[in-house]
Amino acid sequence: MMEAARATMTMEVPRGGIAERMRLPYMDGWMLLAAVGLIVCSCVVLAEATADDVAGSPLFFVLRQISYGLVGLSLMLAIARIDYSRFRELRVGLYSAMIAAISLVLVFGAAARGSRRWIELPFFRFQPSELAKVLLVVSLAAFVIERTRRGHDPKQTARLLMVGLAPAALVFLQPDLGTALVIGVITIAVLFLAGVPWRHFAAMGAVLAAFAGLVLVAAPAVGVPILQSYQQERLTSFLNPSDDPSDSSYQLNQSRIAIGAGERTGRGEGASQTELDFLPEHHTDFIFAVIGERYGFVGAAFILSLYALLVWRTLRLLTLSKNLYGTLIAGGIAAMLMFQVLVNVGMNLAIMPVTGITLPLMSYGGSSVLVTFMAIGLLQSIHVQAQLSARDRSGAPTPLLR
Amino acid sequence: MYRHRPDEPPRTAALSRRATLVTGIAVAIFAVVFLRLWYLQVLSGDDFREQANDNRVREVRVQAPRGNIVDRDGKVLVANKTQLALYVQPRDLPKPGTDERSSLMQGLEPITGDSAAEMEAEISRVREESPTSPVILAQGLGAGKIFFLRENRDRFLGVTVERVFTRDYRQGDIAAHLFGNVGEVTAEQLDLPRYGGLEQGDSVGQSGIEYEYDRFLRGQPGADRFQVDALGRPTGQLGSERAAAGDNIRLTIDSDLQATADGALGSFGLPGAAVAMDVETGEVLAMSSAPSFDPEIFTKPITEGQYKSLISRQNDAPLANRATQGLYPTGSIFKVVTALGALKSGDITPDEIVVDDGVLKLDTVVFKNAQDAVFGPINMSDALKVSSDIYFYELGKDLPYAKGGGVIQDTAMDLGLGEQTGIDLPAEGDGLVPTPAWRNRLYNDDLTDRPWTDCDNVNLAVGQGDLQADPLQMAVAYGALANGGRVVTPHLAQSAETVTGEVLEEIRPADKRTVEVPEDARATILGGLERAAMEEKGTSYPVFGNFPIPVAGKTGTAERGFYNSGLPVPDQAWYAALAPADDPEIVVVVTIERGGFGAGSAAPVAARILEKYFNLPITPAIAVQQETPVE
Repeated sequence: MMEAARATMTMEVPRGGIAERMRLPYMDGWMLLAAVGLIVCSCVVLAEATADDVAGSPLFFVLRQISYGLVGLSLMLAIARIDYSRFRELRVGLYSAMIAAISLVLVFGAAARGSRRWIELPFFRFQPSELAKVLLVVSLAAFVIERTRRGHDPKQTARLLMVGLAPAALVFLQPDLGTALVIGVITIAVLFLAGVPWRHFAAMGAVLAAFAGLVLVAAPAVGVPILQSYQQERLTSFLNPSDDPSDSSYQLNQSRIAIGAGERTGRGEGASQTELDFLPEHHTDFIFAVIGERYGFVGAAFILSLYALLVWRTLRLLTLSKNLYGTLIAGGIAAMLMFQVLVNVGMNLAIMPVTGITLPLMSYGGSSVLVTFMAIGLLQSIHVQAQLSARDRSGAPTPLLR
Repeated sequence: MYRHRPDEPPRTAALSRRATLVTGIAVAIFAVVFLRLWYLQVLSGDDFREQANDNRVREVRVQAPRGNIVDRDGKVLVANKTQLALYVQPRDLPKPGTDERSSLMQGLEPITGDSAAEMEAEISRVREESPTSPVILAQGLGAGKIFFLRENRDRFLGVTVERVFTRDYRQGDIAAHLFGNVGEVTAEQLDLPRYGGLEQGDSVGQSGIEYEYDRFLRGQPGADRFQVDALGRPTGQLGSERAAAGDNIRLTIDSDLQATADGALGSFGLPGAAVAMDVETGEVLAMSSAPSFDPEIFTKPITEGQYKSLISRQNDAPLANRATQGLYPTGSIFKVVTALGALKSGDITPDEIVVDDGVLKLDTVVFKNAQDAVFGPINMSDALKVSSDIYFYELGKDLPYAKGGGVIQDTAMDLGLGEQTGIDLPAEGDGLVPTPAWRNRLYNDDLTDRPWTDCDNVNLAVGQGDLQADPLQMAVAYGALANGGRVVTPHLAQSAETVTGEVLEEIRPADKRTVEVPEDARATILGGLERAAMEEKGTSYPVFGNFPIPVAGKTGTAERGFYNSGLPVPDQAWYAALAPADDPEIVVVVTIERGGFGAGSAAPVAARILEKYFNLPITPAIAVQQETPVE
């Protein structure tokens, strides 16, 4: 099958044809395979696991996820065609748009469980904080290149840190701790790959530790809680699990049981933990537990392998990119994907706290799926541009999968 | 196009080092996640599969019907009847303190008849003992309430109705003291190996035969398993394990004889007890205690007031089984023990004449016969016939005693007095054979006014003083005399049987010991007792003189001290009978508190029991006019 794929996908594409114009021959086929594989798996899992969730329409979640996937793929292809380097010029506009979108949600957003995260659109509830992740990668990388042209002084680093942490703070106020953390990690990753000196990171670490102490211990002690109580509980409860269903560690415990019960090859239709609602949110935050219980180690390891493939192909771009801007974007997106996979899968495996971070392309949800595909579009653009410049130098067409 | 802007910093070796580091982090992340996944699913998957099944599977215990208790002829004495009980499973109820919880509990109020607060108290009481157990909130629900619950299932999540068994006493209240009651196993009991495999909410025998043979009667509870979702709503049946009914216990009791004994004993309206036992095997054929009670009351939740009235002194404590727990001085029926000891020790021979002039002086104390009778020169047989106290006082005075015992004491203890008989009933009394050491110890501890004296030995010889024995102990002692010295272990059960009658276990407890009963001593004593019952002027001749079967019987009349008011407590009547006198099969011992002379109340009860045993026409109750018997 691999041979056949190789044969078809390495076909010569006539110059100027539709495929050439879509830059298909210059894309990273493995990355495309991983992304499409994940969204297809997501739809299959949702089809099996959510059939009874919405009475009367067993395909409620699947059909929506399929359309998000299709729209996402189109977005990816569209973005892949564009030379990402153009976005550098648009950095101020993109950054302002991002800040505006997050602020908008604070003002007009729809509240769910005490937090405002969505903007109601006619077809779709849009979550600007998801989009913020990609917009930040693109604009922050541009700012970093502008600012660090003449070396790294602490002031510059601090300013750039503020650029990244401002949206994180706004998202945190929604409150959406998980996405705020993702944005923070993206910021750190971009600064790191931009060559910010180690001692600056050491200083950041010290400030962060002091801040964490303030937020978790000092402020609540003097009666100024900064984290919502459920957030604090979620962050600390995985350290001392209990069986009380009213406790947030209940979810971690049930998730661990679900995954463990899957054993090697899964329980199929007998996946009682996720089928009988012992584990809530099984189509979003805890979809990995569904996979683990239904398909066992085989299934869960397969999904993890797809993520490993995706992350590997992304990290490859760090050195493949034709310019530093591409490297920084790829680095930011790699950090985003790695962090989300680590925290979400880690939460499902009960080694990470409950933070509400989605599993990219697997968790049901339009904003998450679309934004992840946009990020992959950017990665493909980096790949395409690297290929094009290599071709310009050598003149040889390159196979799509290699 | 912004390709390769000249002002862009070149990518350096530092960048590729950092890229490598990021790649390293990625490898580490995936390694951790893969290892954790491997650990959860492959290494400990079995544990988690089990936990997942615990989550989804609810087991509802199906109680097993207890085995029946039948009499020696297979007549059913205790069986089962079914009731419907309302259970709640606390973990499936809405959380305490929520509105859903309080409205659910209020909804249950008209069904259980208890207030929501009372039910919550019961739930927390059981939860404390056993956090996962269901809680029974009501029993004996009527059909209307059941239908209401079934129709409103959604309002009562976590509430179930189950069939439970309660005891059905088929022969009314006969032998009420023997069966004992069945109750929920307690938290303390669950820790004992005896109750292994049981759960909170299971029923076990808590007293009597039910307790003693619980391992046979209990049966094996089954389970209905069904799948539930996270809210505890059933989503499907998963199979069930049938409850296995308990095995039956066949008693040695003859229910007709028991009914006769209960009736005859109860006819006086006085507290008392009667035992009829096979002298060879120790099989108890009838065991009665008065006053009695209706065993049915223990099948429903019993109130504190009801329970108190069952054990209160004013009501003569109906719950007490006086046959095994009533410890009394025995009066003259003890004389056979003194006689045996004296003959064995060689202190006296059967024919040796003692002159009974009606008085025995010991220092300053003067002992007399009852009603100041004077019997003149008599031998042992005569003394037993007329129940001469003076004759036995003399023996008591002469028979040696030492610190820890004496001829009379040792004989009594050999015959089983002063210790539990080992009958298959819990909470049996020990009794007391007084010794010098015993009394002196009390005296040294300031618990009594005087140390042991000769007078104590003299009193003991006629069954007075500090002696304490229950009717069953006396039956065993008389039985040993009759069967040639075997001190049997009395028992109420003869076998455990399956429902189809297949014998699982014969219950034949070994004899406690064998004491030496010389043939001439046995003949002398049984002869004296036969004369007491069958010959004119014998103490129970008015009762047994015309009895078609020769009976050897001994009356006893025990002094019971004084009421707080200073008035004397009426004497306690005793009668011990062996029949047929020439080769006894059965021993009957009867005692009646405040019954006066043994021949007046206790002997007639024994007579009714013997009439029934020998299939004779039963003399109507209290037909014997009490002539003033000499004792």
